[in-house]
Amino acid sequence: MPVTRLMPTSDGDDLIALTREICSKELRPRVDDAERAAAEGESFPTEVFRTLGQAGLLSLPHPEEFGGGGQPYEVYLQVVEEIASAWMSVAVGVSVHSLTAYPVTTFGTDEQRAALLPGMLSGDQLGAYCLSEPLAGSDVGSMTTRANRDGDGTAYAIKGRKAWISHAGHADYYTTFARTSDDAGRGISCFIVPAGSDAMTFGAPEKKMGLHCDTVREVIFDGVPVDGANRIGDEGQGMAIALSALDAGRLGIASAATGLAQSALDVAAAYAKERQQFGRAIASNQGLAFLVADMEAAVSGARAAYLYAARLKDAGRPFSKEAAVAKLLATDAAMKVTTDAIQVLGGAGYTADFPVERMFREAKVTQIFEGTNQIQRLVISRHVLR
Amino acid sequence: MNIVVCVKYVPDAQSDRSFNEADNTTDREGVEGLLSELDEYAVEEALKIAEAGEGEVTVVTVGPEQAVNAVKKALQMGAHKAVHVSDEAIHGSDAAATSLILAEAVKKAAGDGTPDLVITGMSSTDGVMGVVPAMLAERLGLPQVTYASELTLHGDKVSIRRDGDAASETIESTLPALVSVTDQINEPRYPSFKGIMAAKKKPVETWSLADLGVDAGRVGLDAAWTKVTSFAKRPPREQGQLVTDEGDGGTKLAEFLSAQKFL
Repeated sequence: MPVTRLMPTSDGDDLIALTREICSKELRPRVDDAERAAAEGESFPTEVFRTLGQAGLLSLPHPEEFGGGGQPYEVYLQVVEEIASAWMSVAVGVSVHSLTAYPVTTFGTDEQRAALLPGMLSGDQLGAYCLSEPLAGSDVGSMTTRANRDGDGTAYAIKGRKAWISHAGHADYYTTFARTSDDAGRGISCFIVPAGSDAMTFGAPEKKMGLHCDTVREVIFDGVPVDGANRIGDEGQGMAIALSALDAGRLGIASAATGLAQSALDVAAAYAKERQQFGRAIASNQGLAFLVADMEAAVSGARAAYLYAARLKDAGRPFSKEAAVAKLLATDAAMKVTTDAIQVLGGAGYTADFPVERMFREAKVTQIFEGTNQIQRLVISRHVLR
Repeated sequence: MNIVVCVKYVPDAQSDRSFNEADNTTDREGVEGLLSELDEYAVEEALKIAEAGEGEVTVVTVGPEQAVNAVKKALQMGAHKAVHVSDEAIHGSDAAATSLILAEAVKKAAGDGTPDLVITGMSSTDGVMGVVPAMLAERLGLPQVTYASELTLHGDKVSIRRDGDAASETIESTLPALVSVTDQINEPRYPSFKGIMAAKKKPVETWSLADLGVDAGRVGLDAAWTKVTSFAKRPPREQGQLVTDEGDGGTKLAEFLSAQKFL
């Protein structure tokens, strides 16, 4: 059953209908084989991103005047949720891509927006977000990648290693944070680095537990040249930009986790109605039915949490705490619901013949990336207790 | 180039389709409808031609109120304008009557003339008779070039490739012409979000039979040459024959296949 959605506009209804059509015709038929193939050797769903880009689904929350969809987060996130219910790796990619343009739309100058956004939002390009480093994960301020001004002082050369980078090797540009002074958190700056430099190389794809089509590699900068015009914000403003972007990014992950949980619930509910034991459907056992009820409550709660945060953001109100709450609730819900979905399917759920074991593996990382859930608790508690 | 594409609004083939028990016509009440998937290829081909040069694509459908959704989808994909012929008297029309209405609609859509090209799908996904393109060509007095899996325009001529079991034919016709296309001819695009927004501002004309000058007595269920007198649901599939392998499983399987004349 499709999720009942109350969209703020009829454009939103049309977008959901379009997304569902593309999910059922392009994503669902491919996800199982593609994820399996990507677990064995690198494979990236370039064609799927192209289809989404041509349909305008890769740039929904960004300004219309530069080629974006001009949609509120309340709509954009529900599209991400629908995509995640079909293919989690792709939904994460959509969320990451949106994040890569965020610094330009929010902190770029008019000239930078006009120069950079039409390409980034065209649907033909995909971005990567280079923030984490091998020794700088949650502790962003400890990053060591440097952007040094080159000879005449108008350009930079970036040197260092960025870790856990989605779309590495496939992206058209890299939204990169690098140090321009030694002043810890105040010494970081943000750059848009075009792909194609010989000085940019990539590590081997990480052998992950799941989300295989979200190719993740190290990006190694060995003096990658960047034009001064591609620095977003002032020197030293990078940390503020990164943290601001993360608030929005967390909502993307919250909605994707909600979609993932929804699809596991859908599989479990359908199976429970079909599977016969002791002469009746296992769904007729209250012990199992209540498990399903708790799964539904968890998914609905996650959805309500991210939509509330989205409405605050759309209204221009502070939403940092609410985004952290939504990310925490939705990703914990995804872990719980996918675990219980395997329980509902029993032995079948533990096999690769059914999709819930894949969803379970995909859920785990949502508690880790875009700020671990411990970091979310830190954010939430600081807001509540300040 | 002035192109008219004829499309049909059909019950979603993914859903449980049935007939209306009152008059044995297609049940459109309890089921989601959509632009016939085979017609998406016709729309796509028209859009490709229009985009390659100068051209305007008009989409025409005949059907009940909700059939306007079929032309709206085509407008979202990129067609320029649409015509929806709707009239209570049309209900239950057979292929011959449908082609009559379509012919008048196509002529009126082309400013009481003939468009350069009329494109249709090869059949609908509900009726699946596949005769309307030929009938429509006849009524319009146009060459009928059917089952095209490739379409090329050169000057005032169109040539198509028609794939048969034994051979592929290349057929050439002067323009104007009617071409019906198969599901091999292209890969229909999805509407884009911008296309969906733009479609809301595109013109959709709604015409009645009177607007087209078609006598209501020539169409509808009563004028149909054939009628569905009864229908029955396809019986559910029966359980197959189970063969327990007691060492002779292979032999039993071969016997079964032989009895069914597969061997």
